[in-house]
Formats: sequence, structure tokens, C-alpha cells
Amino acid sequence: MLDISAWFNDLLADNLIFTPTTLGYYWEGLVTTTQLVFLSLVAGLILAVPLAIMRSSKHKWISLPVYFYTYVFRGTPLLIQLYIIYYGVVFIDGIQETFLWPVLREAFYPALIAFTLNTAAYTTEIFRGAIKATSKGEIEAARAYGMSQSLMMRRIILPSAFRRALPAYGNEVIFMLHASAIASVVTLMDLTGAARFVYARFYAPFDAFLFVAAIYLCLTFAILYFFRFLEKKLLAHLRPQNS
Amino acid sequence: MKKLLTVSLLGLAVAAASSAQARDYDNVRIGVDVPYEPMEYRTADGELTGFDIDLGNALCERIGVTCEWVEQEWDGIIPGLMSRNYDAIMSSMTINDERRQQVLFSDPYITMPSAWFAPSSLDISEANEETLAGKTIGVQRGTLQDNFVTDNFSSVAQISRYSTADDMVLDMEAQRLDIVFLDFPIGQSTLLDSEEAEYVVVGERISEPKEYFGDGFGIAFRQRDEALAEQFNEALAELQEDGTYDEIYARYFGEE
Repeated sequence: MLDISAWFNDLLADNLIFTPTTLGYYWEGLVTTTQLVFLSLVAGLILAVPLAIMRSSKHKWISLPVYFYTYVFRGTPLLIQLYIIYYGVVFIDGIQETFLWPVLREAFYPALIAFTLNTAAYTTEIFRGAIKATSKGEIEAARAYGMSQSLMMRRIILPSAFRRALPAYGNEVIFMLHASAIASVVTLMDLTGAARFVYARFYAPFDAFLFVAAIYLCLTFAILYFFRFLEKKLLAHLRPQNS
Repeated sequence: MKKLLTVSLLGLAVAAASSAQARDYDNVRIGVDVPYEPMEYRTADGELTGFDIDLGNALCERIGVTCEWVEQEWDGIIPGLMSRNYDAIMSSMTINDERRQQVLFSDPYITMPSAWFAPSSLDISEANEETLAGKTIGVQRGTLQDNFVTDNFSSVAQISRYSTADDMVLDMEAQRLDIVFLDFPIGQSTLLDSEEAEYVVVGERISEPKEYFGDGFGIAFRQRDEALAEQFNEALAELQEDGTYDEIYARYFGEE
């Protein structure tokens, strides 16, 4: 272990920019970005499932409010949503005295809220499309078996809709990772924030941003690989049979 | 043959370099990060004004060139000069060794201390490792205040870095920040004169150590534009001689 750290320090010795300190900032940024993206995706996914079901409801008074929500969040830039949630809330009188303030005070949670609401809106629409595309034969068969609406949703429609939504959802995950780069405008030290810090301190745009671009590429590769694995598992029935 | 080629190529390179050096400017584009009251900001009707702007315009007029102001956010302001988006930076930039390696500075045209600003409710008399422990400190990203705070307090306090001084003041008013570290006159005009809340200066104004706080504000040029820097230096000396400088100074900072 000692050998490795000595070797590592040697490697960094001749380098003015990538010192252990700045690498520490990049590491901190990697942790923040991963946390932020992962948590917002999980929360967004949990929100999106019921919203997608409501969105595909026949009743206007159920589907319209959800449509309004997805329309607003897909129709405005994420940066604006982040600004409104981070800087906007402080103009609510007396917000500092409420129980919400310890949460909203930190930059992390407003960013998490903005990202969650944004990805939930996109994911809702992805799932809605998949639900709508359920072949009518499957639904008619389920009815013929006497399944109730909710049982049919659980056993027939959702499982096949999730499978159909998988490739599009994989794209949304990658999109979210890249969109998270704006978190640094609200002082969060995410990967891009670390790169901007190094850039401003050493006036070295190429080194700072190329390094961080390489990290994003690695993250994207991991996501792609994970979704390819999932697709292989879950969409196995769609592949042609090879003997 | 090979040698001849090298020599002639070298000759070409020298010729190219010297022609770049000899370039005369009749229009000088100056990069500036707005707003940074009272050094550079916009009036209610959108007009660019401030100490840097007025002094810069007076200098250009004295040299006999036209000035064009180009807005650029702080953390990209030196790379912007390198990539020829503008020919000079006049934006409250402190002269220090780190920057001297990148750019050529004019003589300092004003010296300005930094200071800690906090709401009076914070109730500390001096900013040090003990009093700042666990606090959230606001700085503008890439400024010398950022460097100073990062090197001295990042182990005890949380540091929030902002793109503009305005965003930082907004978060100070929102009570997200406990204390900020700013150029003194900027803190004075944005925080001390604020009607929103009661702010105070914590401790003395700070201009030491020189390694961080440098030698006052200078105009930055590309290294090879020595002639241009020299013209600005001469003009600055003349303006200080004939009282124009004092007049502009009084406009923004009052009589000394």
C-alpha cells in the first residue's frame, strides 16, 4: 500500500495541476455527482411509475394534472428549474424559520429536488408511451381471464411496459448524468465544479476539462454496460433463437 | 540543406513574431466581469459604469484609441485574453505572481484591501480558524480571496464558490452563508449599504501576505503586447499628474 502511494506521489511530483489536493477535489466531485444523479434517478423512478399510470388513465381529471406537470418540467430548461428552486425559495417570507430551511439551506437538496422533478417528468412520459404501446391482444387476454384492472396492470401491462421502456430509460439516465454538470452554478462541488475550480485556479482549461470529460466518459461507459446487461437479461425473449 | 531549412523557418518565425509584436491598436477591446460594484456595474438604465470603466475610458482617450468593453465571467477571464476575445483585462484584477506567469500587468492603478463581512448576528470579532470552524464561507470562484480561504480554512469550514459576487450576496441575504470574504469596497457597497439586513466588517481589512493579496489592481495584457502596456502606463501617469485620476476616484470612493 505504501509502495503504491509513493509511486503515485512520484507520478504527481512533476505536475503542477494534478496534485493530490486537486485530485481530492475531483474525487469529492465524483462522489457528489454520483450521489446526486443516483438519488435523483431512484426518487424520479419511484415517482414516475404511479404518475405514468395516472397519465394513461381514461379520466381527464386524473391524466390532465400529470400532463400539466410533465409539460412544465419538460418545457423549461433544467437550469431555470434549478435557479428557481435554489434562489427562488429564499424569497418566500419567513422560509428561514420553517422546518424546511435546514434542508433548503444546503445546495445539495435544492439540486436534488430539481433533478428529481425533472427526471420524473421525462420518465413518466417514457413509461406512458410504453404503457400505451401494450398490444391489445395481451389486454384482451387478461380480461378474458377475468383479471381486475389493478391485477392486469401489475401482472401484464407494467412488466411488459418496463421492458419496452428500458432502452429509452437508459438514455434518460445518461442524459441526467450530463445534465448534472449544471449543479456547480449553485456552488455544489460536483465533477464540473471541481473542473471549474481547477480551471480558475491554474488557468488551464484544457487539462482541467479534458480530465473531467474522461471521468464522465468512464461513468457513461459503466451506465451503458449496465443497461446492455439488463437488456440482455430482460429482453431475451425478443432475440431470434440460435440453436 | 536541412540546416538551411531550419534557419529559414526560424527566420520566418521571428518575422511573424515581431510583426505580431508591432501590431498597433486603434481599437482596444477590454474584458470586464460585470457586476462588481462600484468597480464595474450597470446603472438602472443599463449603462456600463464604475471606477474601472471610467478610468479605462479616460486612459483610452488619452492614448488616442477607442475602447470597447467585452463582458466575460471571472473564472474564464484570463483564458479569454489568451484566446484573443479581447486585448486587455481591466476588471479589479489583483497583480500577483501566479497571474504574472500568464499575463503582463500595467502599473497598479489602485490598491484595495480585502475584508470579511458577516451579519451582525454572527457576533465574532476576528476571523480565524477557531471562530470560523463549522461555518459556511462565501467567495467568488478563482479570486485571490478564493485562494486565500481555500488554503487557510478549507480544513475547518465549508467553502461555497460563486460565479458572480451578486449570487453570493443573494445567498448571504438568504442566510445560506455565515460570512463572506470580498474586496473591501465591493462588500461596502453591496453589503454595508444594504437595507435588507445589518452587516458588519469582521476584524481588520486584510492586504497581507503579499503572496495572496499582491500589489494592487493592474490592467492585464498578453505578454507580447509590451508596447500597449507601456502606452497605458504612460497615460496612467499623466492622468494621475493632471488630476483626472483623483476626480474619477472621488466619483466612486469620495474624497480621501
